[in-house]
Amino acid sequence: MEKILSRPKALKDNPLSYCPGCGHGIIHRLIAESIDELGIREKTIAVAPVGCAVFAYDYFNFDTTEAPHGRPPAVATGIKRTNPDKIVFTYQGDGDLAAIGTAETIHCANRGENITVIFVNNANYGMTGGQMAPTTLIGQVTETTPFGRDPLREGYPIKVSELLANLQGTKYIERVTVFNAPHIIKAKKAIKKAFQNQVEGKGYSFIEVISHCPVDWGKTPLESVKWVEDVFLKTFPLGVIKDETK
Amino acid sequence: MSKHLIKGNIALCEGAITAGLSAYFGYPITPQNEVPAYMSNKMVKMGRVFIQAESELSAANMVMGAYATGKRAMTSSSSPGISLKQEAISYLAGMEVPGVIVNVQRGGPGLGNISGSQSDYFQATKGGGHGDYHTIVFAPNSAQEMYEMAYDSFDIAEKYRTPVMILSDGIIGQMMEPVEFNRQEKKEFEKKSWALDGCAGREPRSLQSLLMKDGALEQHNIDLQKKYEEIKKNEVKYDIYEAEDAEIIIVAYGISSRIAKNALKLARQQGIKAGMIRPKTLWPFPYEIINKHAGQGVKFLTVELSMGQMVEDVKLAVNGKSPVEFIGRAGGGVITVQAVLNKITELKK
Amino acid sequence: MAKITVNNDRCKGCGLCINACPKKCISFSQNLNKIGYHYAVLENEKNCIGCGFCYQVCPDVCIEVYK
Repeated sequence: MEKILSRPKALKDNPLSYCPGCGHGIIHRLIAESIDELGIREKTIAVAPVGCAVFAYDYFNFDTTEAPHGRPPAVATGIKRTNPDKIVFTYQGDGDLAAIGTAETIHCANRGENITVIFVNNANYGMTGGQMAPTTLIGQVTETTPFGRDPLREGYPIKVSELLANLQGTKYIERVTVFNAPHIIKAKKAIKKAFQNQVEGKGYSFIEVISHCPVDWGKTPLESVKWVEDVFLKTFPLGVIKDETK
Repeated sequence: MSKHLIKGNIALCEGAITAGLSAYFGYPITPQNEVPAYMSNKMVKMGRVFIQAESELSAANMVMGAYATGKRAMTSSSSPGISLKQEAISYLAGMEVPGVIVNVQRGGPGLGNISGSQSDYFQATKGGGHGDYHTIVFAPNSAQEMYEMAYDSFDIAEKYRTPVMILSDGIIGQMMEPVEFNRQEKKEFEKKSWALDGCAGREPRSLQSLLMKDGALEQHNIDLQKKYEEIKKNEVKYDIYEAEDAEIIIVAYGISSRIAKNALKLARQQGIKAGMIRPKTLWPFPYEIINKHAGQGVKFLTVELSMGQMVEDVKLAVNGKSPVEFIGRAGGGVITVQAVLNKITELKK
Repeated sequence: MAKITVNNDRCKGCGLCINACPKKCISFSQNLNKIGYHYAVLENEKNCIGCGFCYQVCPDVCIEVYK
């Protein structure tokens, strides 16, 4: 027998510190596999968010930098513009990307920076203990929406992918999920394409990954993946939202 | 060498470009608008990077990104915009990434007004952002120094892997003066051991200020303080003018030093022995040289376009050995030579 | 012929691989690992088809697949 699937080289051999059942580890692996397959590990520079993935440098086996909360698109812009030959991506959660970093996200997209953005949407602030995120669903109970998100009080879940699709600067936007194996395989294709686009100079690619956060959702890992399928995806339907790369 | 009659803000651009600036990131705010306007033309023509960012905050973070890869990058703004850049400045200090940030000061607090002022001294020298850190602060007092300090700031920022601020003001920025382009164009840059330039043939690098392991952040702070001590030892810069026999020593920086110098010349004509110490770096501050001149029979007068900020450092420097007086105006009011002269005369009594 | 190996000390016992396995050949170990979890084990090697679904869903990237 020969080994057919194992940890990609672009992922360091360190234990991941995420909670049991968390989707981040899966998404990290998909990125690492894409980078290995495209042969770009040695020229990749990642920008980590503030949030659960803040320790990305412990996991990714290529150059990484920190950025202040919400600012990865600005930091990535600074990197890419001065180093157009490098592959630059941001890895951001919903708080980082869709709340505090809204301006940076929109303007980076609108400038059409030739970068890749991996947006992990798990409908809450994981690192700080499960507070409401901009993407929290209507009625969803979080640390700061104990009565469920009420649109009259907290507004509506932001659909960043659809929002960004309206901007001329964006070239490829897809929403994927990682709650089961077939979807994970699809998510991998999207992520790889988002990096491939950058390699080919096609411009701004944005992948929204609907992910599970069992501990902060107060659910078991199995309940969580089921909730993604039955509830979460109703508000955030999957699919290619924009593709101008052809 | 020929001289060019240009504004301080333009001299600043020329200094930075000559130093090999790779990228400039800006945002409009008066009285520094000449900087992004000039850069948008010249940098682009030179094939270098210019971006008008969506905010001062974003511009400062773009500097972080570019400099994280070792490429020379700068941003500029004026007081309210500099408040927004403090987040990035704190991160730069913590991550030990260089950066050059220019503050062409205007009146505050809040939106203030657009007139030149010196009311951001505390913000520039005492931290500005969160955490135990210092920013090296240059204080130009002429268009020529805007050029020279802009040029020099990149080497210093890289030598210590720390952010450098050029604390100018609306008057120096706007004023036209002859400037000699007396610096060599920098074209060769040494490879940086910390820069993120892709992990080909080496282990991956990371830049971070988040240190969660037990004791790691404390050790990082201890290391940073060692670096700051080194900077204090090596980088204090000042000018001394007729202070040796002086009974009244003015301490002033930036535009105030120009006004004060005229006042002390007039005082000398009246037989008053007045001199001046002009800090060219506000952090590290020239405590030692000021202390050396303090003592019996000497009075200090701090002149600032603020309600009195640097005067606190002058008092620390003097350490009770001499009286320290202050004269200043704020909110865009400019102190006159006559007002400074009157104060000198009053102190002489 | 196929099998998987689980890095016992990395497994956090989330059970997503057990849920994903179409042949139901993975189960929780009776033992606890170093970090205090009942880790996943391949219970029935002869049923494993090497589909890799367990590898796909493993959040700790601690499964290897052989075929």
